[in-house]
Amino acid sequence: MSVRRLAEDQFQPAMFAFNEENAVWAEATIRKYPEGRQQSAVIPLLMRAQEQDGWVTRSAIEYVANKLDMPFIRVLEVATFYTQFQLKPVGTRAHIQVCGTTPCMLRGAEDLMEVCRHKIHHDPLELNASGTLSWEEVECQGACVNAPMVIVFKDAYEDLTPERLEEIIDAFEAGKGSEIKPGPQVDRAFSAPEGGPLTLLEEVKPVRTNLEPQRGAEEAAPMPPTDAGRAKNVAPEADASIKTPVTDKEGAKARVKAAQDMPLSATAKTDPDPKSPGSAVEGAPPEPGSVSGDLKPKRSRKKAGPTEGEDK
Amino acid sequence: MIKMAKLKVDGKEIEVPDHFTLLQACEEAGVEIPRFCFHERLSVAGNCRMCLIEVKGGPPKPAASCAMGVRDVRPGPNGELPEVFTNTPMVKKAREGVMEFLLINHPLDCPICDQGGECDLQDQAMAFGIDSSRYTENKRAVEDKYIGPLVKTVMNRCIHCTRCVRFTTEVGGISELGLIGRGEDAEITTYLEHAMTSELQGNVIDLCPVGALTSRPFAFTARPWELGKTESIDVMDAVGSAIRVDTRGREVMRIMPRVNEQVNEEWISDKTRFIWDGLKTQRLDRPYVRRNGRLAAATWGEAFGAIKAAVSATSANKIGAIAGDLASVEEMYALKELIRSLGSENLDCRQDGTALDPSLGRASYLFNPTIEGIEQAGALLLIGANPRLEAAVLNARIRKRFRRGNFPIGVIGEATDLRYAYDYLGAGVDTLSDLASGAHSFGDVLRGAKNPMIIVGQGALMRPDGAAILAAAAQFAGSIGALSEEWNGFGVLHTAAARVGGLDLGFVPGANGVNAADMLAGMDVLFLLGADELDFSRKGSGFTVYIGSHGDAGAHHADVILPGAAYTEKSGTWVNTEGRVQVGNRAGFAPGEAREDWAILRALSDVLGYKLPFDSLPALRSKLYQAYPHFAEIDEIAAGSVNDIATLGQRAGTQRGDQKGELSKSGFASPIKDFYLTNPIARASAVMAECSSLARNNFQAAAE
Repeated sequence: MSVRRLAEDQFQPAMFAFNEENAVWAEATIRKYPEGRQQSAVIPLLMRAQEQDGWVTRSAIEYVANKLDMPFIRVLEVATFYTQFQLKPVGTRAHIQVCGTTPCMLRGAEDLMEVCRHKIHHDPLELNASGTLSWEEVECQGACVNAPMVIVFKDAYEDLTPERLEEIIDAFEAGKGSEIKPGPQVDRAFSAPEGGPLTLLEEVKPVRTNLEPQRGAEEAAPMPPTDAGRAKNVAPEADASIKTPVTDKEGAKARVKAAQDMPLSATAKTDPDPKSPGSAVEGAPPEPGSVSGDLKPKRSRKKAGPTEGEDK
Repeated sequence: MIKMAKLKVDGKEIEVPDHFTLLQACEEAGVEIPRFCFHERLSVAGNCRMCLIEVKGGPPKPAASCAMGVRDVRPGPNGELPEVFTNTPMVKKAREGVMEFLLINHPLDCPICDQGGECDLQDQAMAFGIDSSRYTENKRAVEDKYIGPLVKTVMNRCIHCTRCVRFTTEVGGISELGLIGRGEDAEITTYLEHAMTSELQGNVIDLCPVGALTSRPFAFTARPWELGKTESIDVMDAVGSAIRVDTRGREVMRIMPRVNEQVNEEWISDKTRFIWDGLKTQRLDRPYVRRNGRLAAATWGEAFGAIKAAVSATSANKIGAIAGDLASVEEMYALKELIRSLGSENLDCRQDGTALDPSLGRASYLFNPTIEGIEQAGALLLIGANPRLEAAVLNARIRKRFRRGNFPIGVIGEATDLRYAYDYLGAGVDTLSDLASGAHSFGDVLRGAKNPMIIVGQGALMRPDGAAILAAAAQFAGSIGALSEEWNGFGVLHTAAARVGGLDLGFVPGANGVNAADMLAGMDVLFLLGADELDFSRKGSGFTVYIGSHGDAGAHHADVILPGAAYTEKSGTWVNTEGRVQVGNRAGFAPGEAREDWAILRALSDVLGYKLPFDSLPALRSKLYQAYPHFAEIDEIAAGSVNDIATLGQRAGTQRGDQKGELSKSGFASPIKDFYLTNPIARASAVMAECSSLARNNFQAAAE
């Protein structure tokens, strides 16, 4: 998105007024809002003005502002805020809005835009040479199941291939856009599977389980609690058979003593970690999570099975 | 009755009114909360996120304190007081994060930015930000917008706080600025970059927390820290806004508002703010004497000599003095004493011939309900007043009351855009009599309202039948219940800063004196104390002495010019339309040989042989305070008596006969035809001239 400004003066028509049908519709729309809240009709009125002229002209902004008794700047704020309002002339026969949001992009929206670049104009929101076509990339239009898709005016054309989009663009260019059926452009109904249904192919008979007699509680087989849902810890340091300073205090003391007596012996295979406040070598209890080698096995979260320490 | 709520801020227990926001509650507890979009006098936007604080028991994220009410915080599970924190690590991190975001797209151009040194963003980045940014991408670039000759824009700097948008919409009453686009592309602009038309637009410069909107006339001229700051009083209209005059050396660099809740809150009009370039041009910096039909530079001695010759050549009753609209009480007092001692009673401070007379009592010419009292009013009737042009800041106060709702406003006079909706009742006297007789339904609205209020403008009073209209309005005020001991709803809106002070002094014709228009035509020696708003085509052939600061109409028609000091160059007392006595201070010295006006009059009195009995300003003031004690009550209003207005109303019937014929049928017209050019200083200002021509063109464009 970029800075949105009103179109240059040479494109601006001298005046704007709703045609008869739209004027009646506008009055009805304004009446929908409670007394004193008529300004809430600004978005529908601007949208109708865009449908009438193809884009929102400066005179349309001023016309709507006067109709709703609003300052011009307030209507300009609304018109520049919503990107659905076209502030510059768009193609007279078609303005192709290509969805570029993730699902469409994954299904080939880039290729569709390449088609638009090739057939209409290199840049979005620019008219082609004859002024009949323009295109832009828009955000999700809510047809992700049928990605990729484009929207022309109020109709969506879905499940597109670059070739099909070229045909559609050609049809609109020739003024025959109404001959193309909107919706999926492949063999599918709406968002149903392509080529017909894939599931629920046979007729399903209802099964009334609640008509069967209830089994008595005494008939229920006694079942031991399972640990099916428990996480299985298979890490080597969690092996319950490994002795730790907690489970084997005597052994640990002996090893510490040995280390103190013979600091240069091979008891400590690795240097004490300088980052940890104490290490097993110095007789400190092991820091949770500071595992280095077999000497300091981590305590497993779950005490699985009996251990053979005397301190049990 | 205000309900109070208790809460704890950083462990300190406080009690605040329950309509307060958390930000205000924190301020009450003495904690400073940084903010950009929040402003006490504007609606809450909550979009800058700088005021984030931690609320105990709330969602585990920072809360915007400006948008969360004291009522919204929950007590603890056992009924403990609700608690908020402003000094926790969460708050610190939140502020740093917001500041980093704000600075992503804010240019680092503080060295060339006019806001530098008084910039909220600069200060808060120092106080609450971190030392560097993690963003290396290009900053966004925004085109600068033209929004008028007064406000310069550098839109790269804008942080989208929308204070300016809210000000023009809510206080200014005209939706001129808006935020167009969205997200990163949001931009502040007027519709198609038309110039703003509000008379209060300069206030967006003060409101802008960054350097996006700065003063165009002040651009690149000075840094805030090198300016001397003098607190003073504005004289552009009769509101008497509190201002701060910023000077460098003896040059006035700019004028800023001061907060005075009773008068101008914190707004000032554009004329007040941008007048200062008029203080440097068209100045009278030496005495002049007319020789052979041409004004020639002279010494003080020569000028005084010429005056002495003229005075001694005539009789006392052919000497007169007219005080202008910017004169201070001190110099009017000195002039009055001088003229009295010469034996004349020809004095007038009412250049426009308004029908106000101090003999009717002080209440008859004051804005009795007071400016702050507008907020208590229940209904308003404007008679021949256009407060938007005559007192723009007061008009903002009317609009403030209007926005609270249930405030019917009726207008007799010109149907112009007043920046609020009103019922147009009629153009002139007939409508007023219809109201009084009960023929008009708006009379019932006024009678039904609590504290009804009537504002009588100079447009209704500066006519031959002004006295009758004033009496009729006073009578009507009595009949609708606007006059009681608790509520005096009868207000006269003045346009001249000197007027109330002059009337307080009794600077009006004595029993044998003549008024300003007759003096202009018939005096042999006429002293003009800064009086320029006279119809000089009717001037007689008498000898005219002009004492003033600017070479304007009065000086052109003078025979002797004595150069005086402008309002920023003297210490003086002015009484505003409410009757509030205020003292302005000297911010610099007058140019060249110009002197303070009271000193000129003191020196002249010596030459004329009637030496005034004071040698210094304090001596003058002590004499003044002895004679008129209420001038000593600075910043206070010596309220007028309601009975004066009731008495005035009783004259309503009788006065039609003895005044000049019947009441005129013509409609009331505001005396201010051009808001930007109402006094000699404004007419000397290039900025005001540009604004004036722009406003005229807009008016023409609107008429077409």
